[in-house]
Amino acid sequence: MTYKAEFRVWRSAGANTSDGALVDYTVEVNEGEVVLDIIHRLQATQAGDLAVRWNCKAGKCGSCSAEVNGKPRLLCMTRMSTFGEDEVITVTPLRAFPVIRDLVTDVSYNYTKARQIPAFTPPAGVAPGEYRMQQIDVERSQEFRKCIECFLCQNTCHVVRDHEENKPAFAGPRFFIRAAELDMHPLDAREDRKDFAQREQGMGMCNITKCCTEVCPEHIKITDNAIIPMKERVVDTKYDPLVWLGSKIFRRS
Amino acid sequence: MTAPAATAGPPGGTESSAARSAGRAGIRERTLRTDRWWIPPLVTAVGLAAWVLYALVRTAMQKYYWVDKYGYLTPFYSPCLTQSCVEGAAHFGRPLPKFPPLVPFGIVALPFLLGFRLTCYYYRKAYYRAFWLSPPACAVAEPHAKYTGETRFPLILQNIHRYFFYAAAIISVINTYDAIEALHGAQGFRLGLGNLILIGNVIALWAYTISCHSCRHIAGGRLKHFSKHPVRYWMWTQISKLNARHMQLAWLTLGTLAFTDAYIALVASGTLSDLRFIH
Repeated sequence: MTYKAEFRVWRSAGANTSDGALVDYTVEVNEGEVVLDIIHRLQATQAGDLAVRWNCKAGKCGSCSAEVNGKPRLLCMTRMSTFGEDEVITVTPLRAFPVIRDLVTDVSYNYTKARQIPAFTPPAGVAPGEYRMQQIDVERSQEFRKCIECFLCQNTCHVVRDHEENKPAFAGPRFFIRAAELDMHPLDAREDRKDFAQREQGMGMCNITKCCTEVCPEHIKITDNAIIPMKERVVDTKYDPLVWLGSKIFRRS
Repeated sequence: MTAPAATAGPPGGTESSAARSAGRAGIRERTLRTDRWWIPPLVTAVGLAAWVLYALVRTAMQKYYWVDKYGYLTPFYSPCLTQSCVEGAAHFGRPLPKFPPLVPFGIVALPFLLGFRLTCYYYRKAYYRAFWLSPPACAVAEPHAKYTGETRFPLILQNIHRYFFYAAAIISVINTYDAIEALHGAQGFRLGLGNLILIGNVIALWAYTISCHSCRHIAGGRLKHFSKHPVRYWMWTQISKLNARHMQLAWLTLGTLAFTDAYIALVASGTLSDLRFIH
């Protein structure tokens, strides 16, 4: 069924407005389409200079992250059939990051945080090609490898979304799952990952309100399977006198 | 053709100045969500406040906690260790002196149970969202100008959750003892509706306690190589299944605790007569 939908799309300064604003469009919608299809139709018919970042149209590249009716979503995975035909649909860029133009944001904050994490470190004497591990040992880490780096979790997390000043001290949920992935990895030999998560990544700032998990398009249980287990591991090394005493007595690391 | 932007739902307000800075889209609305995002935090706030009010009134009452005829002791008064306590209800003796009015008879256990729930990873989410509005809902700006999370006193104390878990496990053993003890009457085994309610409550309490994130960590989550610890891996797997239901169990136990207490209070006060199956 084809119908005309009312869209409001964020346009940066210099497009149709002086300092950025939501601009109204009436645009055709066909059965089976997603929001990204409509944005492309806008580009083709009414707003040739509308900027949007996209790539795979299959929910796997993590490029088309934006906010649809205030909710952080992948444009290519948001079906038009989930909205009423008379509903006004508002599309804005990710609100936690600087806008480059229209719906495209500068997500380099995330790359900075990614570079700060010490890389996977196999035990001494184990060369690439010699890695051997059991499935049950590595499966927890594998859940986190599903991440497509769309940064919807980073954008939604109120620690930086509502407080720009926290960005230097806070790595965000995407990089907490990276920390958990490496700390739980059976062949990662580094023992300072918990300390790094607390001191350098600012894991203590997370108040586990689970918005990262809610918006994850890969349905990774970010809070329950990565952040909380990492918080508990930090407790082991920092706040639990019994574990500390046990490690001294039994000389365990 | 710029339309005025609609703000979704109460309360209003705009996003913080920090969020508007650093080249972000200059959207003034606190959120552009069009769904009724304020309902879940409102329901949580009302539910928790109602339960706390009920618990405060009942624990301060100092009566209707024990049904002598059937051996029912409400979990709110267990263990009853004070001289003020009815003798039959004191399953573990009465080493503490008489309590002045309003002091809960279960004062030895209650702070630990409160601590367990206050530091619980689910309740933290619930009250940070519902009461502290940090954030009230996803992608809805919080009203606070500064945020330090759980890095400073007092919230850094959330890290002692595992010790409250140990205490809660001991208290669950006591509650289990109370429930089993109520089955033994002068004429041997006895069973009434109150027994079923007590046992149901204890099962729910165990499910909630065991599904705790700290318990999951202690049982096996802290290991690096599951393959070297098959028993702990099995326990971790089972606890993980329960853990996925931690929120539901948290609310279920609030319900069973209040219901069990209310039932015993009604029977103890003579308002309701217990439905008996055996003796």
